[in-house]
Amino acid sequence: MTFLVLDGLQKIYGTHQVVQRFDLSVERGEFISFLGSSGCGKTTTLRMVAGFETPTVGTIRVDGRDVTQLAPNQRKVGMVFQSYALFPNMTVAQNVAFGLKVAGKSPAEIKTRVGEMLELIKLPKLADRYPYQMSGGQQQRVALARAIATKPQILLLDEPLSALDAKIRVSLRDDIRTLQRELGITTIYVTHDQEEALSMSDRIVVMSEGRMEQVGTPFEIYNRPATRFVASFVGHLNLLKATVVAPSEGRITVNGQAIRTAAALNGVPVGAPLTLALRPEAIRIGASETGNRLDGTISDVAFLGAIVRIRVQVGDNRLSLDTFNNPGSPPPARGEAVHLGFSPEDLHSVSDA
Amino acid sequence: MEQPLEALALPTAQPSRPLRRLPTMPLAWLGVVPFFVFALMFLLLPTLFLIAGAFQDPDGHFTLQNLRDLLAPNIISAYWISIEISAASALGGAFFGALLAAAVVLNGLPGWLRPTLMTFSGVASNFAGLPLAFAFLATLGRMGLVTVLLSSLLGFNLYRTGFNILSFWGLTITYLYFQIPLMVLILTPALDGLKKEWREASQTLGATPWQYWRMIAFPVLWPSLLGTTLLLFANSFGAVATAYGLTGSTLNIVTILLYAQIRGDVLHNQNLGYALALGMIVITGLSNVAYIVLRTRSERWLK
Amino acid sequence: MKRARLGPWIAVILGAIYFLVPLIATFEFSLRVRRNQYSFDAYANVLGDPHFQASFLYSTLIAFATIVVGVMLVVPTAYWVQLRLPKLRPVIEFITLLPLVVPAIVIVFGYLRIYNSSSWLPLTGSPASTNVLLVFGYVTLALPYLYRSVDTGLRTIDVRTLTEAAESLGARWPRILFTIIFPNVRVAIIGGAFLTFAIVIGEFTFAALLDRPAFGPYLQLVGANRAYEPAALSIIAFAITWACMGLIQIFGRDRRTGVAARP
Repeated sequence: MTFLVLDGLQKIYGTHQVVQRFDLSVERGEFISFLGSSGCGKTTTLRMVAGFETPTVGTIRVDGRDVTQLAPNQRKVGMVFQSYALFPNMTVAQNVAFGLKVAGKSPAEIKTRVGEMLELIKLPKLADRYPYQMSGGQQQRVALARAIATKPQILLLDEPLSALDAKIRVSLRDDIRTLQRELGITTIYVTHDQEEALSMSDRIVVMSEGRMEQVGTPFEIYNRPATRFVASFVGHLNLLKATVVAPSEGRITVNGQAIRTAAALNGVPVGAPLTLALRPEAIRIGASETGNRLDGTISDVAFLGAIVRIRVQVGDNRLSLDTFNNPGSPPPARGEAVHLGFSPEDLHSVSDA
Repeated sequence: MEQPLEALALPTAQPSRPLRRLPTMPLAWLGVVPFFVFALMFLLLPTLFLIAGAFQDPDGHFTLQNLRDLLAPNIISAYWISIEISAASALGGAFFGALLAAAVVLNGLPGWLRPTLMTFSGVASNFAGLPLAFAFLATLGRMGLVTVLLSSLLGFNLYRTGFNILSFWGLTITYLYFQIPLMVLILTPALDGLKKEWREASQTLGATPWQYWRMIAFPVLWPSLLGTTLLLFANSFGAVATAYGLTGSTLNIVTILLYAQIRGDVLHNQNLGYALALGMIVITGLSNVAYIVLRTRSERWLK
Repeated sequence: MKRARLGPWIAVILGAIYFLVPLIATFEFSLRVRRNQYSFDAYANVLGDPHFQASFLYSTLIAFATIVVGVMLVVPTAYWVQLRLPKLRPVIEFITLLPLVVPAIVIVFGYLRIYNSSSWLPLTGSPASTNVLLVFGYVTLALPYLYRSVDTGLRTIDVRTLTEAAESLGARWPRILFTIIFPNVRVAIIGGAFLTFAIVIGEFTFAALLDRPAFGPYLQLVGANRAYEPAALSIIAFAITWACMGLIQIFGRDRRTGVAARP
């Protein structure tokens, strides 16, 4: 059931179009990530949902009600900021209680709810601490508790983990997701970190220069990138320059070596150039009987521990592939000639847009 | 951080080794000797001399009589008027300064206003003393432009309302000319310390702008506001030249009284003059101690 | 939240009126020497007055002496405390802030008692030694601003590493101070220096009570005896203060980065 609808949102500052035609329907309880690099419009879109920015064009509907012109304090959204933004003059308990107090809840009710919230974020003993007495990770947990204490309709998270250490980032990521599932709260999560987006989201919106590039599940975004931008932004991807030989049979050449795609390349003329995407983990060393085969020379070997990343030069295409470390045999050496094998199903043509 | 003992040990442990490194501990203290000699001679001793003198009679015996003599009506009233003027100009400076700083920092006024106000405040906060007194005489004195314009254009005689530039209100309005800018200069960084996210967080939690100010912004600013007000108080309490330039010796405030005492022993008791000075130090000292304490608290919050 | 509301505009406009009207009025007043006609006679009178020239020159020299003595006292001390005696820092900071607690008139009162002509160190005995006392007094007044400015400047550079690097290249400490430390806190020194100049040039209490022919007492004398010239002097003093602050802004910009130094 559709809960939040962003209908044709645009935001223009002067002549600069920060967000171009943003359309999205979010189900109740869904976890959506806006993924993109800084300046792509993801935060502006989030702030339009929060009510800090008014869309130049378009409407925002929550549960069927148009909220486009509502002030932030009437929207019933909870927001978590990158900088935590805890009120420095209040203790943890007072911070969490703030929204309830403003809403005029009774002291008894506030006390119970604050206690619940602190249990939920596993910090029940820090109720009387001030923000400056806590670590970043603890502060962000409190900020999360403060945001959900008032039972908001939508939870908005603006790069909440970007200011934290790598380890805390991973554990807090899991906590946020667990909490979100338990409470079933509709959530929009803005991040530039693809790993965060892929691991947490029900669906991801990849954005670039104010445009929506692709909307899909993490699996779709990663394995079936719709545009070249998505392909290069999400995960590591090899891009092969190929020439079409027989479109209907999916036959093509890469530096004169013939390979094929699983899907027919309908509509592409013979002899046309084509860009193909291939994930590093889809390539094996050593040719298979049925699949595609490309011959090349190893140009670089990076030993990363569990994974060995090998770069292979095939004409003017350079491919990366990952193999697992094998304690029994050392990795191949530079300059070695190798055969690369991969299945036609793993080759995707990407548009240049 | 070098430990004193380690540093001490080095030259004795290896006496034959030439001292190539920077001078070590006993010599390190030599580096600050000029400063301490200077501070002692030109700041501490003169002050201590007066403080000690306040507790002595002319023959050098200990007495509390000088402090008791401070309770004479004309001295008490001098202190009282000084405190009133300082308090009025500090509160007024704090209020209007905060208003100006808030107007420029927090709201969407044109960008050039802020650097203009800051530069002007730097100038005006240093534009004190006699030139300031002259400026206000030329503005609000009997022949001043504003006085003349009010009476010729509106038929309003400012001086018939009891106003006088040589009075309490005249002095307070004049002091505000450097007090307001001082408040702007000190408060602006504190206002910048109010994070935009606090306002936004409070809004998403349902708070009105008024609730944001009452529950977050004002409590956070409060120590800076109060502390700066106390600093402004001390600032105008010790001012001599502006008052002297405006009023000559006609206004009975404590700095003018002390000035007259130094020039001609108008109190006929040197040690009573010391006690007068001691009283000033105690009052400005208390307000500065309060300032430092409150300042530390506010910085802890804004950390 | 970008739209400007009425309130801030009212505050700014009222502020502008309060701060600009006295300047306009003073300027207008300074032009009133001749009947029915504005003229710059007051300025001509003032600038042509030999007492003005003498007292202004005197105060300028005293200000320069104050800046030199102040810098020579404050920079090595601040440097040394950061490098060698960090534990002493709170003490030094407290002392440098004392002039904000003890009013100038009290300090000079003490001078007159300790250094009078019959004391152990009769600094007020001769004009030359009184000039020295005046300079030291002004250094005291400037101490809070000068020390803070230099100390902040030193904190932004890594004093210890710079010193050790210079030492490893064989430099001795006077050389380190003059070729490494001074240039690196140039901005802070210049800022403090102009502020000192602005404070000293029209200072009244010290100069009057030590009975020196400075600009401050001259202002007082003119104020007591002339009608329009004080207004002209006021405008001149305002222009000087403005120039000092302007120069702080100009020199305060770090040449390397183009970013204004923090006060």
